[in-house]
Amino acid sequence: MSAPWSSPASGPAPRREWPSEGIARVPYWLYSAPDVYAAEQARIFCGPSWSYVALEAELPAAGDYKRTFIGDKPVVVVRDQAGAIHCVENRCAHRGVQFCQRHLGNTGSEFMCPYHQWTYDLAGNLIGVPFRRGVKKQGGMPPDFDPKDHGLRKLKVATRNGVVFASFAAEVEPLESYLGPTMLALFDRVFDGRELEVLGYSRQLIPANWKLMFENIKDPYHASLLHVFLVSFGLFRADQPSKVVMDATGRHGALISWKGEQKKTDANADMKSLKEDFKLHDPRLLDPVREFPEYTVVMGTYWPNLIVQQQSNTLAMRQLVTKGPTAFELAWTFFGYKDDSPEMRRRRLRQANLMGPAGFVSADDSEVMKFSQDGVQPYPDAAGVMEMGGRDWREEPHMVTEGAIRSFYDYYRKVMEL
Amino acid sequence: MAAAERFLGMGARELRLELEELYADYSACLDEERFEDWPEFFTDECLYKIVPRDNFERGLPLATWMCESKAMLRDRVVMIRKTAVYGPRWIRRMTSALRVLGWDGEVLEVRANYLAVETLLDELTRVFNAGQYRDRLVVEGGRLKFREKLCVFDSLLVPNSLIYPL
Repeated sequence: MSAPWSSPASGPAPRREWPSEGIARVPYWLYSAPDVYAAEQARIFCGPSWSYVALEAELPAAGDYKRTFIGDKPVVVVRDQAGAIHCVENRCAHRGVQFCQRHLGNTGSEFMCPYHQWTYDLAGNLIGVPFRRGVKKQGGMPPDFDPKDHGLRKLKVATRNGVVFASFAAEVEPLESYLGPTMLALFDRVFDGRELEVLGYSRQLIPANWKLMFENIKDPYHASLLHVFLVSFGLFRADQPSKVVMDATGRHGALISWKGEQKKTDANADMKSLKEDFKLHDPRLLDPVREFPEYTVVMGTYWPNLIVQQQSNTLAMRQLVTKGPTAFELAWTFFGYKDDSPEMRRRRLRQANLMGPAGFVSADDSEVMKFSQDGVQPYPDAAGVMEMGGRDWREEPHMVTEGAIRSFYDYYRKVMEL
Repeated sequence: MAAAERFLGMGARELRLELEELYADYSACLDEERFEDWPEFFTDECLYKIVPRDNFERGLPLATWMCESKAMLRDRVVMIRKTAVYGPRWIRRMTSALRVLGWDGEVLEVRANYLAVETLLDELTRVFNAGQYRDRLVVEGGRLKFREKLCVFDSLLVPNSLIYPL
């Protein structure tokens, strides 16, 4: 197979110099330069990658659709009459109108653009053009106009255990090998074939570059310092058993932790945020039950637009939608399983208070990402230091490392030719 | 309960005045960041939720913020004061178009529009969140209190973080 970044979609590489220290540094122009952003759209989001677009549970019936984005490109995911899922650009092939204007819905057996009523079947084929033969023998499309040449642009689609991915690339490796065995096993742990149930959505516009979100989740050690709530209630601590894993390319990763014996010792005296006297007024907020084997937290980061969150009993897809170089939308889809007991469902909804724009935990992250953007954007020539846990990357049996950020940028630099 | 009878005996005009004062007090409490006083506007058993309109209309149970008791409201205050890390902000809440939908002698059903504007460091004041209060009030200890307060907001996209209550 040729190098994954030699896609026909890829545009010119940005003409910029990465610091000589390599992936132990991240240059700050990476978070605001328009040429870098444009190259990311072409090479990463429109390149040979699989982007998360939907859960099958959002599209249970024929004609059900979901309007979403890959990078900043609007697309629509839809289920056809035979049950197959298609993904097409949300752009009429006639004059470019974004024809789908609702997040979710049912479109019957066709999509119709409201402007001149060009009509498409659920696979994106053009099936109707009003006045194609003209009116009273006047006008009309040229005789050689062939609707087959004017369908919606179709993306490749792959599904696995209820999760739908799409790709703009003509050539892309199968989803399973794209994820690799380590990430596939973690993916299948949550998506084990049971039917999913969507519990609801949460969306936030974060005034920061999209890569800061991946850096945040790929860096487990910030959680033991920044997130006073997690630390205070013993949900996540630097001294608990944990590990950081990646796929062979370094583009995907996961931070994993599980329950262990913890007490305040000299070793964690560095954790200034440790406040052991905290008690909840209503303990129902934190009432986790062991649900999955072995690990209590698995935060998977999937190149290029997905975080799969399993934090105790909260399960969520966090989809990144880029909005220019200095902002992104984080679209959360919280879910459970169709066969959840009412108690488990209630538990998931309660624990959801930790996550999202008002999350006891994740609001710290959106705030800190804004602080990061405010700090790096005015200083494009400076660079971040990524040396915690070394200057290269490999899997680590602890969380005191920025290795998964380095592995992400190792792959990123290859794709971007930077 | 004599206190409840005071409200029962009220005419529509008097009740409305009473409610407008309550909603003004509620906004002032939050605008002035007296968060420790905020749970006192609620009954011990209560439900407070901030919900995107999309979830509400589709009947999806997820809330952006959900407290199921006065104790959980207090836990949110601990978050605001002690555990959360966030930039300085000032939020001002405006309530209007207050309507009483029903009053069966026990539960008072109220709707109102709300608008919250946010001011951040180095930024102009912006609309932060707008929506509808869907409230159920009861009389407790001679005062009207929220047994249920739903803030259903229109813009599904939250500008960054939601730290303070609405």
